[in-house]
Amino acid sequence: MPLQVKRLLLVFAIFIGIMLVLKYVLTPDSWREYGPYRGNAIGEIASQQAKYVQKESCADCHDSIAEIKSRGEHINLQCEICHGPGYQHVDDENFKMEITKNSTLCLQCHTMNAASPKNIIKQIDATEHNEGEECITCHNPHQPWL
Amino acid sequence: MAIEKENFSRRDFIKNSSMFAGGVVFASLINPYKFVFATKQPKGKGKWYGIGIDIEKCIGCGSCARACKIENNVPDDPFFFRNWVEQYTITNDERILVSSPNGGIDGFKQPVPEEDIYKTFFVPKMCNHCAKSPCTQVCPVGASFESPEGLALVDQSYCIGCGYCVQACPYGCRYIDPVKGVVDKCTLCYHRLEKGLDPACMMACPTGARIYGDLNDKNSAVSLFLKEHNCAVLKPQLNTESKLFYNDLSQEVH
Ligand code: SF4
Ligand code: SF4
Ligand code: SF4
Repeated sequence: MPLQVKRLLLVFAIFIGIMLVLKYVLTPDSWREYGPYRGNAIGEIASQQAKYVQKESCADCHDSIAEIKSRGEHINLQCEICHGPGYQHVDDENFKMEITKNSTLCLQCHTMNAASPKNIIKQIDATEHNEGEECITCHNPHQPWL
Repeated sequence: MAIEKENFSRRDFIKNSSMFAGGVVFASLINPYKFVFATKQPKGKGKWYGIGIDIEKCIGCGSCARACKIENNVPDDPFFFRNWVEQYTITNDERILVSSPNGGIDGFKQPVPEEDIYKTFFVPKMCNHCAKSPCTQVCPVGASFESPEGLALVDQSYCIGCGYCVQACPYGCRYIDPVKGVVDKCTLCYHRLEKGLDPACMMACPTGARIYGDLNDKNSAVSLFLKEHNCAVLKPQLNTESKLFYNDLSQEVH
């Protein structure tokens, strides 16, 4: 084998060697556990904190309200749609939940809009139906129609 | 002086080309060195998540978009969303109007008078968790990936914020987080699923228009939804194998 080819092969071997060392050092631990990505990332995403605790947790303490709600039209609604996420309140009861009295919140769902299916939701035109009044003066949001 | 040409015989040509073709076929058989990696749907055991959205039930309240922003710390600005709601209005003179003010979080107004409307409806949008997701295939560092359960996720500690995936997603479901400088997108609230809770948007939907579940389980909510409704996906021509199925999807939606 000519000398220059031998030298070239040596250079190649050194280069490949360096690449292998770099690959060993730089590849994260769980790489290719499931595919060409860091397998540990899945666990890291899963460990994030959940903010909405869901209505079963609310009913643990607020059972009387849960009972009233279970007899009304809003039975399937999550408490936290109106009251906001409950994770801080669950840990510390001094952290108060939102209690929104103004009708903008109600109208988010119940405002008249041609695109909302009529058979799914009761809609009202807030400019005709007791304009400026708060909905909750007449309707109990936990049991709107009974 | 004449230019010397190398003359190839027909025999040589055929021999060389068939060797090349054979090499390509052989290389494609060597499994671990596939050029494009796509997670396969696990057969038998193992979850494979899918999503259903029932347009007939969506009232456009925006509770889903609001809950998602809160649950996942999505910036408040009206252009960062993991999910949002669009209002489609098709007028009698065949114009198609689409609006999504602040993703529908503050509710919708119908700009067209009722007598001019041919058809109008809401379309909630979120990541389709495509089985052949273009977004994960373009990632140069392997930070965007598809989990074994079929969720397109982002390893934010590995993402370099290059934005290729943001451009590659044909559904506009990704954004670059202005604070962290890395990509963020819907995870199907994987952190909630693992704790036995429903994804924030599904939990918040007052009418049950949003459904999710395991497509491998024929009795899961999403499998039953697919069985009972005539569903379609967005942009099927792109072959992304979207796993977000819409009931009552109009052709005008894109
Ligand atoms: S919808 Fe977009 S972000 Fe989601 S998996 Fe498909 S291509 Fe990726
Ligand atoms: S599943 Fe979670 S992250 Fe995805 S759109 Fe719904 S709330 Fe947002
Ligand atoms: S929460 Fe449900 S009804 Fe309201 S906009 Fe979202 S999908 Fe539609």
